[in-house]
Amino acid sequence: MSVVAAPMPVASVRRGVRLRRRFLRRPMAIVGLVLVVLFLALAIIGPFLTPDPLAQELTQTFASPSAHHLLGTDDLGRDELARLASGARVSLVAGVLSTALAMVVGVPIGLASGYFKGWLDPVVMRLNDTVLAFPFLIFAVGFAAIFGASLRNVVIALSIGLLPTIVRVSRGEALVLRELDFVGGAVADGARPAGIMFRYLLPNSFNALIVQATVGIPTGIIGEAVLSFLGLGVQPPGASWGLMLTSAQQFLSQAPQLAIYPGALIALATLGFNLLGDGLRDVLDPRERR
Amino acid sequence: MGMFILRRAFSSVVVLFLCSVAVFAGVRALPGDPALVMAGENATPQLIAAIRHQFGLDQPLPVQYADYVSQAFHGNFGISTTDQIPVATILAQRIPVTLELAFLAIVIGVLIGVPAGVVSAVRRGKFADWVSNGFGLIGLSVPHFWLGLLAILVFAVRLHWLPASGFVGLAEDPVENLRRMIMPALVLGTGLSAVLMRQTRSALLGQLSEDYVRTARAKGLSQRAQIRHALRNSLTTVTTVLGLQLGALISGAVVTEQIFVIPGFGKLTVDAVLQRNYPVIEGVVIVTVFGYVVVNLLVDLAYAWLNPRLRVAGASR
Amino acid sequence: MTTVLEVEHLGVTFTTEHGPVLAVKDMSFALAPGEILALVGESGCGKTVTAMSIPGLLPAGGVARHGTVRLAGRDLTTLAERELESLRGKDISMVFQEPMTSLNPAYTVGKQIVEVIRRHQTLNRGQALDRAVELLTLVGIPDARRRCASFPHQLSGGMRQRVMIAMAVACDPKVLIADEPTTALDVTIQAGVLEVIRTLCRTMDTAVLLITHDLGVVAEVADRVVVMYAGRPVEQASVGSLFAEPQHPYTMGLMGALPANALRSGERRLAEIPGLVPAPVDDPDECQFAPRCPRATERCRTERPLLRALGTDHHVACHHPGREVTSD
Repeated sequence: MSVVAAPMPVASVRRGVRLRRRFLRRPMAIVGLVLVVLFLALAIIGPFLTPDPLAQELTQTFASPSAHHLLGTDDLGRDELARLASGARVSLVAGVLSTALAMVVGVPIGLASGYFKGWLDPVVMRLNDTVLAFPFLIFAVGFAAIFGASLRNVVIALSIGLLPTIVRVSRGEALVLRELDFVGGAVADGARPAGIMFRYLLPNSFNALIVQATVGIPTGIIGEAVLSFLGLGVQPPGASWGLMLTSAQQFLSQAPQLAIYPGALIALATLGFNLLGDGLRDVLDPRERR
Repeated sequence: MGMFILRRAFSSVVVLFLCSVAVFAGVRALPGDPALVMAGENATPQLIAAIRHQFGLDQPLPVQYADYVSQAFHGNFGISTTDQIPVATILAQRIPVTLELAFLAIVIGVLIGVPAGVVSAVRRGKFADWVSNGFGLIGLSVPHFWLGLLAILVFAVRLHWLPASGFVGLAEDPVENLRRMIMPALVLGTGLSAVLMRQTRSALLGQLSEDYVRTARAKGLSQRAQIRHALRNSLTTVTTVLGLQLGALISGAVVTEQIFVIPGFGKLTVDAVLQRNYPVIEGVVIVTVFGYVVVNLLVDLAYAWLNPRLRVAGASR
Repeated sequence: MTTVLEVEHLGVTFTTEHGPVLAVKDMSFALAPGEILALVGESGCGKTVTAMSIPGLLPAGGVARHGTVRLAGRDLTTLAERELESLRGKDISMVFQEPMTSLNPAYTVGKQIVEVIRRHQTLNRGQALDRAVELLTLVGIPDARRRCASFPHQLSGGMRQRVMIAMAVACDPKVLIADEPTTALDVTIQAGVLEVIRTLCRTMDTAVLLITHDLGVVAEVADRVVVMYAGRPVEQASVGSLFAEPQHPYTMGLMGALPANALRSGERRLAEIPGLVPAPVDDPDECQFAPRCPRATERCRTERPLLRALGTDHHVACHHPGREVTSD
């Protein structure tokens, strides 16, 4: 892990090239990248290319794939592919936003906890461990009960669930980095703690944090799917992969494909991010030897 | 060792107290009025007020709390607002169900995950490693409630081997009970096994390169015996992971019970929160916290037993 | 002289991502029962690799070995892993350098000794435990029976090393290989551990191959010495002969670097051998010590010196051995 005391654009470009080459040498990571790109394409472009996911055609329920409906229709005659694309968008939003929110809140807390130590650190770690050990779903159910069931609340609940790991990782980075000479030098020069954390600790934690992001997004995707499945997230008639699985369960014997498509997409998207994350971790943070 | 347990017991009581207060207040903060729920749709204000008085909901909070605690010590956790059954009874019915599910899931997870991890570590880089790793990765990525649906699709709808849902008590009919529990337990267990496999593999790989394994080899011990040496020291990591996964297991149980319609603790929790069933919620939280504390204590004890350095405090040189 | 261990033209090459590493090029020596042979050299000369390769303890992949290693007439290099397993711990055993990490922290000391006993001998648990207690007493650990129930972290470094020795001699091996057994220990403890090794060796008639970089250790316990440099032996002699009349410039350099010698000759600074050990990547036909040798000639750079006898039981691999006047 290289340590940057002052911005050195030339060195970092060379390093970027080297990292990219190491990344490309791993087939699994490339598979992950491909899956992620496909997922992003479906989520971002998909809804523009498919018919209205809310349009019901009650005479055309459970239709087989046709030119008009590439993957057939669901129990209310809605185009399945359109709903899958719409659901992809929901998953993307849920995954990315929850992770981003968790990082915006968690990284400063973790860095501060690791940098200042003192009384702050044990308190933060205790709280962290408690949240971590608590079963997420029960908390999410309670959250939905208090604040209502919606995608927005799902994102907030998910970000709270992701918070402890982010805090723990940033704290770990801060603990290591604070011992390094250039930090001591900055302190001796009179730099203020906030400045140190922002200019020195944060950039050097990027690698570990990027890895955490690739772990957080699939967790968010699955989390949203589970919560919507239970009825705590996206409400009908909206489309979410998890919600589609709820209705699919009723029609398992008539139209099993309605249960296979959304779940398969969840699995592939998650697999993609996990493989990508593994590849990135091996390249960026090789401290963990497999 | 005795001091250790005593200290833990004391802190557990403190935790229990804090949690019960927190949930007591928190639950009262939930929007929605249980008296309203109980009174039903066409209730008159007088009826609502009467119900509120009957359940002591018009008393100040600390009084309600003290009342609750004293009742709890007598085993009376109140009455469920939705179906008028004593909470204690409901808990007594539901907890064993989820315990059985969790137990089966843990057994499956350990029986699949740990050996897979060992094989993967020992045959590192070879075919078996790739296969195990693949399974591990898939197990971590696939949403297990989808696996549940797929399992129902294959085994219940298509093959008609197993019932799609429902529950039969273990005492009533063990065979039918297992027929209904096997799919949910498998679904929960495979997720756990993926995590355990990864952890076992990395822990074992780390231990296999340690000096004492070299000593074992120099003593003429077979490769199996050497692995046993290394595995013994990997168990602490695995146990810790298992302890940490219990929270995830409970979460998983919630969803699994929903899919397979199993009247367990998880489903009870979800339903109670959605129905603002205060007494049940409180009972659930008390039990959950108690369960956590007990499990944490067990994990710590197991850890101390596995790692002799912790047993004899301050005797290391 | 009857020999129990014969190493002939042993060579070990590792395949690494930077190319082949010739850790050991051509080692030959022999051990008689009851004698202590010290293998001396700087770090990186290949002595540990030599030691590990005798009972076949090198990792399986990426290692090429040639030469023969005969234990009581049997060539160990031809044996399969399974067969080697039945010899290790029983006929040939090892003591390693790091007593801190060489014992399994999760098992009691007694259990680990019993383990090796029951692996090779048919004793029940009670008898094996008795034997373990006996062994612990033999290596000088007080209160042995109670100590059997101790865990490694409850013992000091010196005691742990004694336990390692007890484990190694439990089945009365023909050969004991001790790889830097005292290097990680305090100087005050070293003498005790060395004494244990020497006593056991004499009483049980075990041949000991003692790997060390410390000439002081050699002087204290060894009967014979092999000085190793860059994967080859450069001098072989009995201990007395070596210290009295070192023949090879390298050996002389090593001795000159001893504090005691410096004190004696009145020098202010310890005499160093200039230069570094050569990288073990090739094996040209020359004397590998030549770049650092004060008496190197053209011949030394073009022709590798072979081990020649120089008097009774003293062999040197040098074109210009002996007490010549040297100029730095």
